[in-house]
Amino acid sequence: MQHYWDRPLTWGTAGIFALGAVAVLAVVIVFVTYAIYFERKVIGWMQFRKGPNRVGPFGLLQTVADVAKLLLKEDTIPAKADRALFVLAPALAFIPSFLVLAVIPYTRHLQFADLNVGFLYYIALSGVSTIAIVIGGWSSNNKYALLGGMRSAAQMISYEVPLVMSVVGIAMMTGSLNLRDIVEAQQGYFWHWNFLPQIVGFAVFVVAAVSELNRTPFDLPEAESELVAGYHVEYSGFRFAFFMLAEYVYMYAIACLTTILFLGGWNPPIPQLDFIPGLIWFILKFLLVVFFLFWIRATFPRLRVDQLMGLAWKVLLPLAILNIFLTAAGMEIFGARG
Amino acid sequence: MIRTEELLLNVGPQHPSTHGVFRIIVKLDGEIITEATPVMGYLHRGTEKLAENLNYTQIIPYTDRMDYVSAMTNNYVLCHAVEKLMGLEVPERAEFLRLIVMELQRIASHLVWWGTYLLDIGALSPFLFAFSDRETILNLFNELCGARLTYNYMRVGGVKWDAPEGWIDKVKNFVRHMHGKLDEYHALVTGNEIFLSRIKGIGKYDADTAIAYGLSGANLRCTGVKWDLRKNEPYCIYDRFEFDVPVGQNGDCYDRYMVRLEEIRQSLRILEQALEQFPEGGETMGKVPRVIRPPEGEIYVRIESPRGEIGCYIVSKGKAEPYRLKFRRPSFVNLQILPKLLIGENMTNLITILGGIDIVLGEVDC
Repeated sequence: MQHYWDRPLTWGTAGIFALGAVAVLAVVIVFVTYAIYFERKVIGWMQFRKGPNRVGPFGLLQTVADVAKLLLKEDTIPAKADRALFVLAPALAFIPSFLVLAVIPYTRHLQFADLNVGFLYYIALSGVSTIAIVIGGWSSNNKYALLGGMRSAAQMISYEVPLVMSVVGIAMMTGSLNLRDIVEAQQGYFWHWNFLPQIVGFAVFVVAAVSELNRTPFDLPEAESELVAGYHVEYSGFRFAFFMLAEYVYMYAIACLTTILFLGGWNPPIPQLDFIPGLIWFILKFLLVVFFLFWIRATFPRLRVDQLMGLAWKVLLPLAILNIFLTAAGMEIFGARG
Repeated sequence: MIRTEELLLNVGPQHPSTHGVFRIIVKLDGEIITEATPVMGYLHRGTEKLAENLNYTQIIPYTDRMDYVSAMTNNYVLCHAVEKLMGLEVPERAEFLRLIVMELQRIASHLVWWGTYLLDIGALSPFLFAFSDRETILNLFNELCGARLTYNYMRVGGVKWDAPEGWIDKVKNFVRHMHGKLDEYHALVTGNEIFLSRIKGIGKYDADTAIAYGLSGANLRCTGVKWDLRKNEPYCIYDRFEFDVPVGQNGDCYDRYMVRLEEIRQSLRILEQALEQFPEGGETMGKVPRVIRPPEGEIYVRIESPRGEIGCYIVSKGKAEPYRLKFRRPSFVNLQILPKLLIGENMTNLITILGGIDIVLGEVDC
């Protein structure tokens, strides 16, 4: 896509951009459909269950059926809800989740927007979704939803700080926030990937990322056992589906981002395996991260809200700052490429 | 001026973590509870009043439906009371069968508690692991008496059904299997840092408070009071077997958790001994008159159910129906301490504490 980016905007290039956007949309929708299926299967296996196996061969159409059900459901808005905000919230949650995908480089050439501040763009836009969740919780006029929304705001703001800080080390090593440059800088053997030199940053990033995704063990905003469903308790039908969709698209985005920042993007683990296309490597690493997210969901209990805050500010943030210091010291002693 | 308001939040009766139709109205300051008012009675069926118009055998199915997670011990407390009032002898084989099913029931009940408690705390998998093991127990019960939840198994003077061919061996297999499973459960959950930080030091009370509130079962033993009716006032044939009474020290949710898991281990120990000594043949019903008419008088018996001390008080006027029947239900009594424990805790701890008490709403409301 890159060479189109540099050309003047004509109907032709605009058409290609539109086609590309639709293609990404299709890929992401298919991913979300089968990520949900895969999640249910994986967790099913981990719990000695079979998981979905009725709709279609091996239950492959289960999610399709679920989405169809949500589409056909009556669209209810609580009588005392703030209608405008109530309708706005799902869209506001869902749009930025797709916008962040624009900067993800899948291979050297397959990327939609090669921004110099790609990482910042990602963080800035994903922050908008927090507002959507607060709006959704507030406008529902439900106490459980309000508590869920407030928790979510507190959590996502707290965890964005260590998330950004944990990546500073990489930015220092690479000298760029451009996601493509970050991958290019990780060429070589797999120990050149950022996850080893930046092991502290990697750990902080993974914990903060899981928290940003509101997934177990950080799924407090929608803690089923306390808040019933959290901020989306009053949502039903397709508005609810939008929230869920946004959540899974973010999972897609975070898995991509982890792959890019720490796992070497499209680079093969050893250069001799170069004959396998970069896209395959990207997908493999990406799936590994996604599997990891499902795995911890089947294993961990949930943190308490005050412990969650404590973890962000007292543990992760100091660790991230320590990581920055270590990176700086390492660069000073061993030279720029630690 | 910025002003904060207290939030009145209604939890239940339809809430996923109140384990049934329990309702509690909490006043929240932020997420901190300043006041908690439990509301009970949504499942009240008037068991005690109904019993006044039923003969004793007819009351047994009603006891199944009180604490439906532990129906066998409820069966037993009623039969035991009537037997004691009438001075009936229960045959050896029936006593063994009763003891085996009651201990299996204790394990099943604690497994349900373990699974749902972890679910409350946010871990999904333990619930399914626990239920798959409980399933084995329910299948054993099903083979024995044809029911999986409300067994109606015991009768005044014995048990309704003898153990079918090979049943004892199946129980032996289960006991062996369960030992290994329990180790796995400890490995999966007990060492988990997040889990420990959620339950350690939460919902603390001391032994005096526990006794003052009339708590029993694990809720009492977690404070260090060594009180188990199987040891202190042996009934059935518990005095023939060796087992320990696990106790905690701190009286918090963690100790309650450990006490319950250790009780599973002790139940397995009792089962091992009982299955070894299980008599070859013999009757399963003692000599009982066709119509059960206890002599005029009253009696109170109490036994150790998985949830604590379950008692049965019968006033008989020499008729086939009791004049008055009263059950002391451990869930109901244990729940009384809840409002006291909740003050100053946050919403999340409400679920941790409520789950830690281990209530069954069928028994709370009776």
